[in-house]
Amino acid sequence: MDKEILQIQDLKKYFKVGKNKRGPIYVRAVDGVSLSIREGETMGLVGESGSGKSTIAYTVIGMYRPTEGQILFKGNNIGMEANRRSMSLKKDMQIVFQDPGSSLNPKQSIRQLLELPLHIHRHLTRPEIEGAVVDLLQRVELSPEYMYKMPQGIGGGEKQMVAIARALAAEPSFIVLDEPTSALDVSVQAKIINKLMDLQKEMNLTYLFITHDLSLMRNVASRIAIMYLGKVCELANAVEFFENPLHPYTRMLLSSVPAVSDEEEALKPKKILSSGEIPSPVNIPSGCSFHLRCPEKNGYCKNEDPGMVELSPGHWVRCHKFTYEPTAGENPIPLEDISS
Amino acid sequence: MENEMLLDIKGLQVWYKVYGGFLKVLDGVDFYIRKGERVGLVGETGCGKTTTMKSILRILPERDSKIPQGEILFHNTDILRMHAADLHRVRSKGIAMIFQDPTAALNPVFTIGAQLQAVIRTALDVKRKKDQTTVKKTAIKALKEVSLPDQERLLGNYAIQLSGGMRQRVCIAMAITTPRDLLIADEPGTSLDVTIQDQILRLLKELVEKTSTSIILITHSLGVAREMTDRIYVMYAGNMVEMTRSRELFRKPLHPYTQGLLASIPKLTGGGVARGIPGQIPDYLNPPIGCRYHPRCPKVMEVCSLRKPRFYEVDSDHEVACFLYEQ
Amino acid sequence: MPDNRTVSLTNNYNGKLSGWSRFWTGFKKNWYHYSRNKLSVVGLAIVLLVILLAIFAPLVTPYPAHAGPYVDYPNAGQPPSAKFWLGTDPIGRDIFTRIIFSFRGALLMSMLVLAIAVPPGLILGLLAGYYNGTIIDTIIMRITDIFLSVPPLVLALAIAAVLKPNLINAMIAVTVMWWPWYTRLVYGMASSVRNDYFVIAAELNGASRFYILFREILPNCLSPVFTKMALDVGWVILIGASLSFVGLGEQPPTPALGQMVSDGARYMPELWWMTIFPALAIVFVILGFNLMGDGIRDMLSASR
Repeated sequence: MDKEILQIQDLKKYFKVGKNKRGPIYVRAVDGVSLSIREGETMGLVGESGSGKSTIAYTVIGMYRPTEGQILFKGNNIGMEANRRSMSLKKDMQIVFQDPGSSLNPKQSIRQLLELPLHIHRHLTRPEIEGAVVDLLQRVELSPEYMYKMPQGIGGGEKQMVAIARALAAEPSFIVLDEPTSALDVSVQAKIINKLMDLQKEMNLTYLFITHDLSLMRNVASRIAIMYLGKVCELANAVEFFENPLHPYTRMLLSSVPAVSDEEEALKPKKILSSGEIPSPVNIPSGCSFHLRCPEKNGYCKNEDPGMVELSPGHWVRCHKFTYEPTAGENPIPLEDISS
Repeated sequence: MENEMLLDIKGLQVWYKVYGGFLKVLDGVDFYIRKGERVGLVGETGCGKTTTMKSILRILPERDSKIPQGEILFHNTDILRMHAADLHRVRSKGIAMIFQDPTAALNPVFTIGAQLQAVIRTALDVKRKKDQTTVKKTAIKALKEVSLPDQERLLGNYAIQLSGGMRQRVCIAMAITTPRDLLIADEPGTSLDVTIQDQILRLLKELVEKTSTSIILITHSLGVAREMTDRIYVMYAGNMVEMTRSRELFRKPLHPYTQGLLASIPKLTGGGVARGIPGQIPDYLNPPIGCRYHPRCPKVMEVCSLRKPRFYEVDSDHEVACFLYEQ
Repeated sequence: MPDNRTVSLTNNYNGKLSGWSRFWTGFKKNWYHYSRNKLSVVGLAIVLLVILLAIFAPLVTPYPAHAGPYVDYPNAGQPPSAKFWLGTDPIGRDIFTRIIFSFRGALLMSMLVLAIAVPPGLILGLLAGYYNGTIIDTIIMRITDIFLSVPPLVLALAIAAVLKPNLINAMIAVTVMWWPWYTRLVYGMASSVRNDYFVIAAELNGASRFYILFREILPNCLSPVFTKMALDVGWVILIGASLSFVGLGEQPPTPALGQMVSDGARYMPELWWMTIFPALAIVFVILGFNLMGDGIRDMLSASR
């Protein structure tokens, strides 16, 4: 029975960026997101810039405090900043950042870098630490001599491996991965992704995996949520998501993925021309936030935000195509909302 | 009948001076592009694609770089041995480069209009104030070509007021203000979102088709190269390892590196992610003897560590630098 | 198959080599970057020369006694000659010897001033950067701004004039107006480093504030500090010379460069050597430290 290890309930995170005559101006980075992640699975969070995916990751890990809404981890409320969280929570939940260049202190050797979590979370003494460092490095397939190297002396892929080793050092059960391979070449990415998948199986880890790369998601995630301007548009398990994409934004994204084979071409939705810029999260359009760019909008889209509707078990969509069944001339009848 | 040869790089070697000696990055690069062609140059970080492109326009750091050997023939004249006046003509009228990061390519303290017009003036050899209106008209036309709205107002804007996609369009506009023989686009749209990158690539495709300008598209994404080019070069550690027509490369990849690369790409159709390629790119201070890929090659043979393979022709328009295909 | 992981010279491999060979490799690499610019090497040579001359002053100067209470009126105002290389001053003392001895006071002053002013300046900047955006930041930086808004020389003169004129008090005066520059310098770096992911990673793991400040943030702010310190030695010497020019510094008979310039000024232009040579010495020393500072900056920014 898959236990739900993380539950995000109607999470909102707004950043104040100024004021005008009408009151304070907020960037609505996350604007009402509900998700739950089961133990041992990989939840993929996909979106472009401004979608709020990184903000969700940072709020879950404790860099931000939620403006509204709740986050429950193993049943406990964790909606607070990291310095107010318990040490055992900090130990249990770790993060791997996107840019390997700035996530490792350039003035510390790899060994010193790994010492910190070992010392703080596992309370190892000096002599024990050396053995633990070697063990961690071997687990990410780096030879022990890497211990003495400085971050400038190793390549991007290896830096990410070190970042993963640092996350593992605390022996967590949940890891947030914020675009861990976006800055890396494809062959290096493959190595890291495989290592992450192996580690997940070995250590029964749960991942919240954030990326903008749909092809990667297809092969890594068990369930995928796609985000646009702070809300989830579509949520489904991986196979269903790619074989039956429903939301127009999902279809637009899928159609812009460059394919490397004829089979992929066949799978992609026909080319949907995306026009216009991505609106900024300060100025979110009214109604359904996607309506300005949507090729399939109807009369309701400008005024009303559609709610999340479960169209088939586990497949949720937020789109007026599915919330209303317009019959000619009559008033539209809302379909039954199974959830909100 | 083949089109005439536009750019022909032969045996190019480029070294960078660093502490400890020289980084022998490019080790005999052969590359050509004909009039009207769209050629892709695919390779991972550190393989030397940007170095190759910088050598074409001779914008390598002067003090720290060295070109021990090689020729870059543009319209049959060697760029590497050109005098300043000819080189200037090549840069202002012949070849245009669109850089990877549009934010870094635009000067933040000048308006878009000022920068565009500076490019135009250099290209058209305009010196007198009288011709100012022509210059301005050309600028507006260029902005229209890249589908930027409100061109007059845009001329007075600064780079910081534009979004990433718009900046990239401005950079493209700067490259097409006057007709050029060759465009070099270095990873266009890589720093932008996928949907915006898609728009930018489609724009480039249209522009190139309209004017039959040749274009070299540098990218690390094989998918992008497949959609945008007629012919692709695959580059590894300072050498071209495979070259063929675009669709052919994906149907029949021959070089072990190309095969490894394609296998590592996650596919929309699923199937998991391949194991990647073991090892790392070579240390350019002490590169491996023989084929530079041989330490990582699953099909390595004894000869690979002794000599360097040349480009062997396997099919019409399909060449591979690998001893597996030596005749 | 050859091992691909060759340990090359560019690789930051500080592995299990002994401490001495690790130091030596690092030194060679840093020297390579430092010496790319020949002028930096010239600067270093000047600085080393000045330091050595200052340390061994009694041994290398022809008339060490002239640096103390000494009077020789018959030889007063002699032009440069084989006997007195740079001539003599109004009371007959050898200018060359006195210049060399004045280096002592100058170097001592600048090193002490920096040793005392830099640490508090650094720490305040570090704290202000860490607490960026809060009231602590505001308080620290506004106090810094106040100090910086007073013209430096005026402040030093005011303080030195209130206290008794001697070397110690001149140092106090300069120290008091020197620390804010470092606060501002470190503030800029600390506020940006503070948001780097590796700092956040440490915070998310519950590292103590002390650790974050001194083991994560501070080491990444030090490069510009070292460069500035090298350049500042020259600046402090200049300020010190300005103070001694008006009599607020080393008191006679101990030689001080500014004081020598001012003593000789009234004899210009006939007895030009009494002013010109000490002035040239000031230029020479400051130039050396400036060039060395450039070199240090090149060296530190090269490998990052």
